[in-house]
Amino acid sequence: METNTPLLEMVGISKRFPGVVALDNVSLNVHQGEIVALIGENGAGKSTLMKILGGAISRDDGSINIDGTPVEIRSPANASSLGIEFIHQELSVLDNLDVAANIFLHREPTTGGFLKLIDRNRIYRDSDVLLKKLGLNISSRTSLEQLSIAQQQLVEIARALSAGARIIIMDEPTSSLTLTETRRLLEIVKDLKAEQVSIIYISHRMHEVEEIADRAVVLRDGRNAGEIQQRNEITHERMVRMMVGRDLKDFFKGERPGNGHVQQGAGFEVRKLRTQRYPNHTISFTVAPGEVLGLAGLVGAGRSEVARAIFGVEPALEADMSVNGVDLHIKNAHDAITRGVYLIPEDRRQNGLIVDFNVRENISLPNLENFSSAKIIDRGRETKLAIDACKSINIKTPSPEMRAANLSGGNQQKVVLARWLTFSPKVLIFDEPTRGIDVGAKSEIYALIRKLAAEGVSVVVISSEMEEVLGISDRIAVMHEGKLTGILNRPQFSEEAVMRLATGVEG
Amino acid sequence: MKKELGIFVLLIILCVIVSVINPNFLAAINLQNLARQIGAFGIFSIGLGLVIITGGIELSVGSMMALLGVLLSMMLTEWGFPVFLGIIACIGLSMVLSLGHGLLITRMNMQPFIVTLCGLLFYRGLARFITKDETKGFGTVAGLDFLRFTANGNLLGIPMPFVLLIVIAAITFVVLHRSVYGRYLFATGRNAEAARYAGINTNRIITLSYVIAGALTAVSGIIFAFYTNSVSPANHGNAYELYGIAAAVLGGCSLRGGEGSVIGILIGTALLQVLRNLVNLLGIPSSLDFAVMGAVILIGVMADQIFTERRNRRQLALVRESAARDATPAA
Repeated sequence: METNTPLLEMVGISKRFPGVVALDNVSLNVHQGEIVALIGENGAGKSTLMKILGGAISRDDGSINIDGTPVEIRSPANASSLGIEFIHQELSVLDNLDVAANIFLHREPTTGGFLKLIDRNRIYRDSDVLLKKLGLNISSRTSLEQLSIAQQQLVEIARALSAGARIIIMDEPTSSLTLTETRRLLEIVKDLKAEQVSIIYISHRMHEVEEIADRAVVLRDGRNAGEIQQRNEITHERMVRMMVGRDLKDFFKGERPGNGHVQQGAGFEVRKLRTQRYPNHTISFTVAPGEVLGLAGLVGAGRSEVARAIFGVEPALEADMSVNGVDLHIKNAHDAITRGVYLIPEDRRQNGLIVDFNVRENISLPNLENFSSAKIIDRGRETKLAIDACKSINIKTPSPEMRAANLSGGNQQKVVLARWLTFSPKVLIFDEPTRGIDVGAKSEIYALIRKLAAEGVSVVVISSEMEEVLGISDRIAVMHEGKLTGILNRPQFSEEAVMRLATGVEG
Repeated sequence: MKKELGIFVLLIILCVIVSVINPNFLAAINLQNLARQIGAFGIFSIGLGLVIITGGIELSVGSMMALLGVLLSMMLTEWGFPVFLGIIACIGLSMVLSLGHGLLITRMNMQPFIVTLCGLLFYRGLARFITKDETKGFGTVAGLDFLRFTANGNLLGIPMPFVLLIVIAAITFVVLHRSVYGRYLFATGRNAEAARYAGINTNRIITLSYVIAGALTAVSGIIFAFYTNSVSPANHGNAYELYGIAAAVLGGCSLRGGEGSVIGILIGTALLQVLRNLVNLLGIPSSLDFAVMGAVILIGVMADQIFTERRNRRQLALVRESAARDATPAA
C-alpha cells in the first residue's frame, strides 16, 4: 500500500519562541493511506509541529515536501490547498450555521455569475452524500448547535473530506467523546485509511493508538525521541517509556524537598469534592502544613476544575473540606480569601491580574479593606505595601505605578503571588505556576514555593511539566479524566509512574 | 489628571474663540444659563459615567425623566402629595427601576444595551399612557417654592443646579477615586473575571452602579421638570441619555469599561453645553447643532486614543530599559 516516496516529509524542523526552543531538528514522514500516531508529554512539541504543518505558525528551519516536492505553507488556506486539513482539539465549527454551510465554508460553489449566489442545491446535495458516507444520520440543514460534540466533529471531518484532504491531522479527537462515540470515530478513521487518506493522530489515550496506528512517532522536549515501526510493537508500556525517558535537569539542586519540614497537624483536608465538569467523580486528598502536593495529569484531566472549585470561583457541586480541623464553607472567592485559601490561577493575564491596573493596585486589590479607614483607601500604606512586596519577593518593576501588562511573565506571576502574601495564607494553590515563564524566573518561583511551605503553608502545585512536578513535590497526586488515579510518595516518584497513572492505568 | 488635560484645553480654546467672536458669551446672564444647563446635565451624566466604567450602558435616562416628570406633576398638583414625599417617591421609584436593570443584567446575564433600550421604550410609553399623552405641568401651584428654587434659583449668583452638581461631583469623586468601592468599580470594568478571582462581588458592584445612576437621574429629572415647568410625555428628555454618554466618553470613559473620571465627565458635560451655546451665539444654523457636536466628539476621542497609545509605548520602553539595566551586571 505504501509507495516509496512518502506523501509528506517534514525534515529538520526547528522552531524557537522567545526564551524556549519548541522544536529542535524534528522530522516526520507520512505515507499515503497511513495512520501515524504522534505522541509525547504535554509540551513535547506535538502541537507546535502540527501548527507548522497546518500553516498556523511558521518554522524557523527545515523543509516540508509533499510527494517529494518542496512546499511552503504560509497559511491554513495554503495547507488546505495542499490537501492538509486540521481537526482541532477545540472544535472550530460555526454553530450559528447549518451543517452544509459549515462543510462548504469559504469554498461555497456559486451560481448567478457576478452575483455570487451560493448554489444551495448543490451544497445540500453534496453534504448529504458526505454525511451518509460518514454514517451520520442527520440532514445537512440541521443547525450545528443542535448536534452533539461527536457529531460536530464528524462535520469537521466531512469538511476536510469535501476539501479534498489527503492528510488529516487529528489533535486529541476523542478527548470529549463518550466511549461509543470514540469507537465510532476510530472506525471512521480506519475507513478513511482504506480510502487512501493519511491520518496524523495525536492522542494521550494509548489504547486508541495501540488499536489504530500503523506507526508511532515519539517527541520529547521538542526532539524526535524514537519511532515504533511495527504495528504489533506499539504497546502502552513501550510508548510510555519512550515518552518520558530523560534525565532531570538540575533545576531543583539544593532545594530538594526532604520530609523534615512537613509539620504535624491536620493541614488542608479535602474529604469530598465534586466539580461541575466531572460530576460523577469524587476527589479527596490532604496536604499537611509545610507540605507541597503536586497535582499531575494530562491536559483536561480536571485538575484546574478542582482548583477553581476549592477557591469558589466555579463552585463545587459538593464540597467537604477543612483547614486545620476547621470546616471550610466556600461559595465564592471572597469566602476562600477570608478563610486563608488562595489560588494563583492558570491564566495569569485573564484571571490572575487586571493587566491595565498598575502593580500597586493589583497587589492591594483583594486586601483593600485592610488598607483603608472608613472605606477610604490609605494611599500611603497601599504604596508602602506594594513597595515592600516588590522588595520581599524581588518583583522587577521600575515603580509600583507600572501597568502590570508591561511586566514580564515571571514578574506578573510574582505580583499575583504578592497579593496573597499580604494575608497570611494557610493554603496556596498554584495552577501551572511557571507556564510561559523563562528559566531564571522559574527557579525563583520554585524557591518561593519551597519557602512558603517551610513557613507552614499547605501548598498544592498543579503542573503539566513532569520535571517540575517531580522536583517540587513532597507527594504527587495524579488525575485522569476527572478521577484521582493515585498518590505517589517520594520513593515511588518516577516519570513512568506518573505517566502510567496519568494515562489511566490504575496504580 | 493628564488624561483630562487635553479635553480641558479644548474647552478653554473653544470658550476663548466664542468670546472673541461674540463677547455676549461672557455676559453674566449667558454664563448663568450655561452653568444651569451644565448642572442639570452633569448630575445624571456622572451616574451614567459610573455605569459606563463598569462596562455597562444606560439608555433609559431620557424616558425615565419623562416618566418621573409627569408623575411628579401628578403627585404634587393632582394627588396632593407633600413636596418632600414627592421627591422621595421620584428618587425611590427611579432607584427601584434601576435596581431592576442591574438585576436583569447581572442575574439573568442580559446585555445592558438591550435591558436599558427596553427601559427607554417602556418608560416613555408608560409616561404617555398615564397622562393620556397630555402635557403635565406645575403652573403656578403654591407650595413648590423649594423645587422652583432648586431648578431656577441662584445661590450667591451661582445657579442652584450647578451648586448641586459640584456637591454631588465632590462626593462621587471621593467614592470613585479614593474609596474601596471606586477601586472595585474600576477593577470590575477592566476585567470582571479577574476581579471575581480577587474576591470582589462583581454582580453587586455592577448593580450598585445602576442604582446610583437611577438616583442621580431622578435628581436631574426633578430639576429639568421645574426648569421647563411643563412636561410633555412624548418629548421631555428625548435623547438626554446620548448627552450623558457623549459627556462621559469625551471625558475619557471607555465604553469597554474600566476607564473614566469624575473630572473628565464634568469637563465633557461643560464642553457639550458650550458647543450648544456656541451654535446659538455664532449664528450657526441650529439645524447643524448635532453635526457640530458629533464632529467635536469624534475629534476629541480620536486625539485621546492617540495619546493613550503613545503613553503605553513610552511605559513599555521604560520597562525594557530597566530590564536591560538589571541584566547587564549579571552578564
